[in-house]
Amino acid sequence: MFSRIWHIVIKEFIELRRDRHARFWLIIPPIVQMLVFGYAATFEINQVQIALIDFDHTLESRDLLAHFTDSGRFTTVKVLRNEGELKSLIGRSAVPMAAKIEPGFAENLRKGNEAHLQVILDGTNSNTALISVGYVNQIAATYANQYARDRLERLMPSAALAPTVGMEQRPWYNPDLNSQWFFVPGVIGSITLILVVNLTSFAIVREREVGTLEQMMVSPIRPVELILGKTVPFFLVGLADVILVATVGSLWFQVPFRGNPLVLLAGTALFLLSSLGVGLLISTLCSTQQQAFASGFFFINPAFILSGFAFPITSMPKVLQWITRLDPLRYYLVILRGTFLKGVGVGVLWPQMVSLAVLTAVLLVISVSRFRKSID
Amino acid sequence: MTKLNLKRTVAMARKEFIQIRRDSRSLLIAVLLPLIQILMLGYGARLDANHIPVYVLDQDGSQDSQNLLKAFQASPYFDVIKVVDTYKDLGDAIDADRCKLGLVIPWNFSQNLHNAAQTKVQALLDGTDNNSAQLAVGYAQAVITTFSTNITVNWLSRYGLSQLASSPLSVDYRTWFNEELESKNFIIPGTVALVMALMGALLSSLTIAREWERGTMEQLIATPVTALEIMIGKLAPYLAIGLADATLCAIFAVAWFRVPFRGGIGTFFFITTLFLIVILGIGYMISVATKNQLAAGQYALLVTLLPTSMLSGFAFPIDQMPRAIRAITYLIYSRYYVSALKRIFLAGNGLRDLRTEVIALSVYALVVGYFATSAFRKTL
Repeated sequence: MFSRIWHIVIKEFIELRRDRHARFWLIIPPIVQMLVFGYAATFEINQVQIALIDFDHTLESRDLLAHFTDSGRFTTVKVLRNEGELKSLIGRSAVPMAAKIEPGFAENLRKGNEAHLQVILDGTNSNTALISVGYVNQIAATYANQYARDRLERLMPSAALAPTVGMEQRPWYNPDLNSQWFFVPGVIGSITLILVVNLTSFAIVREREVGTLEQMMVSPIRPVELILGKTVPFFLVGLADVILVATVGSLWFQVPFRGNPLVLLAGTALFLLSSLGVGLLISTLCSTQQQAFASGFFFINPAFILSGFAFPITSMPKVLQWITRLDPLRYYLVILRGTFLKGVGVGVLWPQMVSLAVLTAVLLVISVSRFRKSID
Repeated sequence: MTKLNLKRTVAMARKEFIQIRRDSRSLLIAVLLPLIQILMLGYGARLDANHIPVYVLDQDGSQDSQNLLKAFQASPYFDVIKVVDTYKDLGDAIDADRCKLGLVIPWNFSQNLHNAAQTKVQALLDGTDNNSAQLAVGYAQAVITTFSTNITVNWLSRYGLSQLASSPLSVDYRTWFNEELESKNFIIPGTVALVMALMGALLSSLTIAREWERGTMEQLIATPVTALEIMIGKLAPYLAIGLADATLCAIFAVAWFRVPFRGGIGTFFFITTLFLIVILGIGYMISVATKNQLAAGQYALLVTLLPTSMLSGFAFPIDQMPRAIRAITYLIYSRYYVSALKRIFLAGNGLRDLRTEVIALSVYALVVGYFATSAFRKTL
C-alpha cells in the first residue's frame, strides 16, 4: 500500500518539477504578494494633506493653524484665500481635508465666547476621514485646554486646579500600532489557502479532463491510496510555502515571533488539511479546469473577506459573524497572530485548534467520500 | 496589417456566445460571482468599529468610577462586557481575544478627583489589529474627554465659575460625499472594479488557452479568419457579460446597500467599457502567451485581481503608501477605475472632472489592444 502511495507522490513531484509555470508560481507570487501586501496593506494614516484658510488673520488663528503643522500629522499643501478655491479643491478630490477659520475667531476667544474652527472633509474614504477627525479633535482639545487653563489662571489662580481625567493608552503586542505586524501573519494564511486549494483542485480536475484519471483507476491502486498520493505532495508544498513566506515576511518586515513554533506547526498542519479538503471537494464538483478555477473563487473570496484578514469580524452583521465560523482561515489567522504577536500557546488557542480540527474532519470526510464516488 | 472582416468577426463572436450559453455553469458563474462578491464585500468589508468589547478592572469601586463605566456603556462604540477583579483576568481576556479594550480605573481615582488633581485611567488595548485599536483609542478618548469636562464644570460651578468651564473652542465638521462616514459607501463602489477584474481575468484568460489545450486552435488556424478577428470575436461576448455584470453590481449597490449614485449613468458605462477593454486585453494576452489554462488562470489573478484589491485604493489609501509603492500604483490601471467609480458614485463627477482617469485608461486600452493583436500569430 505504502509503495503505491509513494509512486503517486513521486509522479506528482515529477509533474510539478517539469511544469515550468508551476515552478515559477509556487515561489515568486507568494513572495511578491508578501512584499506588496506588507507595504501596501495599511490603514495607518501618518500624514494627512490639508488645505488651510484663515479669514481672521490674528495671532490666535495663526497659532491654532500652526498646531496642525506642528503635530506632525498634517502636511499643509495649500494656503487658500477664498471659499471658491476650497470648494473646487475638495470637489475634485485634490485635497481630503481643509481647516477654515472665520473672521471674529480671536474676538470670540477673548470675550469668552465659543470660537469655531470649521473642518471640511472628503468623506469618500470613511476610514481615513475618521482617523483624521480623531487627529483634529486631539489638536483642538490640546489648544482649547491650554487656552482655558491660561484664562482660568489669569482670573482665579486657585481654580486652575480643577480636576480632570486623562487617558493613558497602552497598546499590547503591537505598541507602535504598526500595520505590518497585523497584516504579515494574515498574508501567510491567505497565500497558503489560495495556493493549496487551487493546486489540489486543478491537479485532479486536469487528470480527469485529460483522461489520465481513468488510466489510474484501472491500475491496482485503491481510491484512498490515490487520494493520499495526490494530496501528500500538496501538503508538503503548502508547508514549504508557509515556511518560505513566513521567513521572508517576518525577516523583511521585522515582525516578531513570540510564541512556540510547534504550536504554529500544529495549527498549520490542521489548516493545510482543511484546505486540501476544500480543494478535493471542488475537484469532485467540476469537470473542467475553468470550472475549478471559478469554483475556487466561490470559496476563496468569501473565505478571505470573512476571515478577519483586514475587516474586523466584530463589525460584521450577526448572520455573517455566524458564517465566519465555517471559515478555516478565520481560525488559522487567530493562531498565526496569536503565535507571532501575542506569544500565546495552546492554553489560549485551543478553541481555534478544536474548531479547525472539527472543520477539517468534516471537510475531509465529505470530500473523500464524494471523490471516491466520482471515480467509481 | 491584419484585415477586419465584419462577417467573420460576428461569426467568431457567435461561436463564442454559443459556447458560453451551452456551458450553463459558466453562465451561472457570470451571474452568481458578482452577486456573492458584492454581498460579501458589502456586508463583510466594514471598517467601522462599533460594539468594541470592553472589560473593566475597577480598583476604585466608587460612585465616580461607576459613572465613568456608565459613560462607556452609553457609548454606541463600546459594549462593557464584564467587570473583573484582578489585573491578571484583564490580561487573560485580552490574550484570548475576549475583549479589545481593557479599562483600568486606579484605586485613587475618586480620591484624586476630590482633591482637584489630575487623574488618569489606563486603556489596555489589543494592538494586533492596529486600525481597530486606533479607532478604539479615538472613541475612548472622546468618552473620557466628555466625562472630564463634566467633572471640571461641576467643580467650577461650586466656585460660581461655571461659565469659564465651557470649552473655548469647538470644531464643526462638514463632511462631503459620504456624510455619515459609513465604510460601506467607501468600499462598495470599488467592488464593481473588483468584480470586473475578477470576471475579466477568469473568462478571457482561459479562452485561447482552452482552444490550444483541446486542439481546436489548429482548426481555427486552418480557417480564413484573421488574428484580429479572432481577438475581437472572442472578447466581444465577454465585454457584453462584463457590462451586464457592472449593471448588476451598480443596481445592487444602489438599491440594496443604499449607496448614493450621484453621477451620470453614461459616464459610468463609458469608463466601465474602457476598463473592460483593458482587463479583457490583458487576459487575452496572458492566454495567448501561456497556452495553458492553469498557468493562464494563475497569471491572470496575479496581474488583475491582486493589484486591483491591493494597489488601486479600493480599501487601502494610496497616499499613505511608501513612495516606491505609490509610484507603482500609477501603472496600475485599476487605480484610475476605482477612483473614477468612487467619484461617480459619491461626488457625482462627470467626464470633465475625470479627465485624468479617462486619458490614463484610454492610453492603457490602446497599448494593451496593440500588444494583444500583435501577440497572437496564426502559426503552429
